[in-house]
Amino acid sequence: MGDIAWHRKDLLSIYDLESEEISLILDTAEEFKKVSERNVKKVPALRGKTVVNFFVEPSTRTRMSFELAEHRLSADIVNIAADSSSLRKGETLLDTVRNIEALQIDLIVIRHSAPGAPMLIAKNISCGVLNAGDGAHAHPTQALLDLFTIREKKGRLRGLKVTIIGDILHSRVARSNIWGLLKLGAEVTLAGPSTLVPRDFEKIGVRVCHDLRSAIEDADVVNLLRIQHERQRAGFFPSVNEYARFFGLNETTEKYLKPDALVMHPGPINRGVELASTVADGPRSVILEQVTNGLAVRMAVLFLVAGCMNK
Amino acid sequence: MSDNSEILLVGGRVIDPFCKMDMVMDIGIANGVITEPGKLKKPKKIKLHGKVIAPGFIDMHVHLREPGNTAAETIRSGTMAAAAGGFTSIVAMPNTMPPADTPGTVEYVRRHAESEGVVRVFPCGCMSKGLEGKEMAALGSLKRAGVVALSDDGRCIQNHELMRHVVEYAASFGLPILDHCEDESFKANGVMHEGKWSVLLGMAGQAAASEELIVARDIILSRQTGGKIHIQHISSLASIEQVRQARAQGINITAEATPHHLALTDECVKRFDANHKMNPPLRSEEDRQSIIAGLADGTITVIATDHAPHTTTSKLVEFDYAPFGVVGLETAVPVCLHHLYHTGVLSLSELIAKFTVGPAEILGFEDRALAIGNPADLTVLDIDDEFTVDATTFKSLSRNTPFDGMSFRGRAVATIVAGRIVHSLLPGSAR
Repeated sequence: MGDIAWHRKDLLSIYDLESEEISLILDTAEEFKKVSERNVKKVPALRGKTVVNFFVEPSTRTRMSFELAEHRLSADIVNIAADSSSLRKGETLLDTVRNIEALQIDLIVIRHSAPGAPMLIAKNISCGVLNAGDGAHAHPTQALLDLFTIREKKGRLRGLKVTIIGDILHSRVARSNIWGLLKLGAEVTLAGPSTLVPRDFEKIGVRVCHDLRSAIEDADVVNLLRIQHERQRAGFFPSVNEYARFFGLNETTEKYLKPDALVMHPGPINRGVELASTVADGPRSVILEQVTNGLAVRMAVLFLVAGCMNK
Repeated sequence: MSDNSEILLVGGRVIDPFCKMDMVMDIGIANGVITEPGKLKKPKKIKLHGKVIAPGFIDMHVHLREPGNTAAETIRSGTMAAAAGGFTSIVAMPNTMPPADTPGTVEYVRRHAESEGVVRVFPCGCMSKGLEGKEMAALGSLKRAGVVALSDDGRCIQNHELMRHVVEYAASFGLPILDHCEDESFKANGVMHEGKWSVLLGMAGQAAASEELIVARDIILSRQTGGKIHIQHISSLASIEQVRQARAQGINITAEATPHHLALTDECVKRFDANHKMNPPLRSEEDRQSIIAGLADGTITVIATDHAPHTTTSKLVEFDYAPFGVVGLETAVPVCLHHLYHTGVLSLSELIAKFTVGPAEILGFEDRALAIGNPADLTVLDIDDEFTVDATTFKSLSRNTPFDGMSFRGRAVATIVAGRIVHSLLPGSAR
């Protein structure tokens, strides 16, 4: 796998990474993708290492993807979910992770609803920490699998036009994608209702747009985010119907897309809201490939971070 | 609290903005009051060449946490922190447990301050019962119990009619209102300033508009009733602009700024350290500059710390779950000398006025000048002493400062309350 130029015990956010580090992860993931295509889908890279999947916020997909990645790397795994965790008993987050650390754990994969929680942990314990999503702040492995998928399909990222549509304000997926795309030289457009797409993103060199057609007509990639009903109740937009009408990708609005544009979605999809079934299941969609690639990317980051800890 | 020993302060540069004085002279102290040096018999001489002597600094915004949360601070530790920071008088906010909405709690604070406090403590009473913003507290009785001002700090009365009645009623007792300005309908669980950094970090923002709306409300009520309203910890450009205009129209509005709001911005939050979480939040660089401009042109007449102690345990959690507030008593003078005096924004006399004349005028303190016969409350500054903040050395029981490890130029090297030296970094002094 070549020389490992990785020197971080943690993967906390894409914002922290140099573009070379992102490329290294994507290159490493390419190798691991081959592993999952073999008959024997397991390598001994993390044999003897123990990984704790600490999910303080519920997750199905990300957690399953991490767990499978850990299994395929031959790691020993412990899962802690929010409900069973002692956090409910009033123990602080740091006390909980210090208890985990005391059991000679090597890596903690953490999902938490509070932004910055993985940084708090990483600063205070010696285990490696992988951020599996913290509030609306960051979701680095999701961004990495999105970057991987785009690079795999388009052969490059530099100069590509990528449009992210939806509830950008509350989306950790959007934030991590924005940083990753900018660092690798893509042009980013954000689209959606003005209440959910803050103009402040323009200050970091991103285009902000509130009209679907102009947002997608020259895009090489369109990444749609799940729209949550609770945002309607909080008064960000009048109704899910109106959202679908102005910002949903469907048979009509799909016609604005370039023929070779990719359609992506981090899941789970609200079919008929941000994405019509015909588009989700259509030829432009790479949504299931994203899921496949997520496994390879998570194997890559677990491998790199664990490798760093050996030194 | 007064001391019978005689002291002669020799060779210091005396800067007293009350009487527009700036000259090198000796000051005598006897029986806790300022005395003509020639009338002292055998005074203890303290050489202050190269140091600045100012009237005792007043911090009109301090949370002493007692009664209720003595793990974070006590009247004893809070007043020791005040002394260490150069403050001789502090105003104790009423949001204790129980809150100071009855004469009994005010009496408790006064009694403990007298027996355990090392600086003067002036209690502030609640505006509303239980800080709930529903019914007026017994303001007249609070006045009789000794409060010098009224505030629901930490909360803000949302009902404008109740607020109008409070302002009118308080005015008849000569009590100023110290208002924490926050329209709670705007809050949306914000934990930091709503702006570029909240957007980039994915954190819930607190809109500056929530402060600005209540500042507008307070200006309207002050104009209507003639009541005296002081805006606490003003933090946004548009709030300051409103106060500037209101003052130009002669409306009875004053404002204070905190050292952290004038020194730091919302970008600090990117480290997710809850010692940068306070309410109002650290705002944008533009807002920070407007605070400095407001201090420079006299729109903001007071610097107050909003000293808000919290235990390390309570702060060392997820940023979202940490309580709001930072300690400030032991860093305020260094931060302000550094950011306001050494940068040339304010003259030394103007800066000292923000800690003395400004609060004294609002609170009605009339004996604070360095004049013969006045109480000997003095703050001695070494304006060039360079040092690094080490929170572990704080007298405060809490360590929640955003300035730990930062270096500043200038600090208070001695604090004298009623003729008693309650803090000294001077050579030969017992620490």
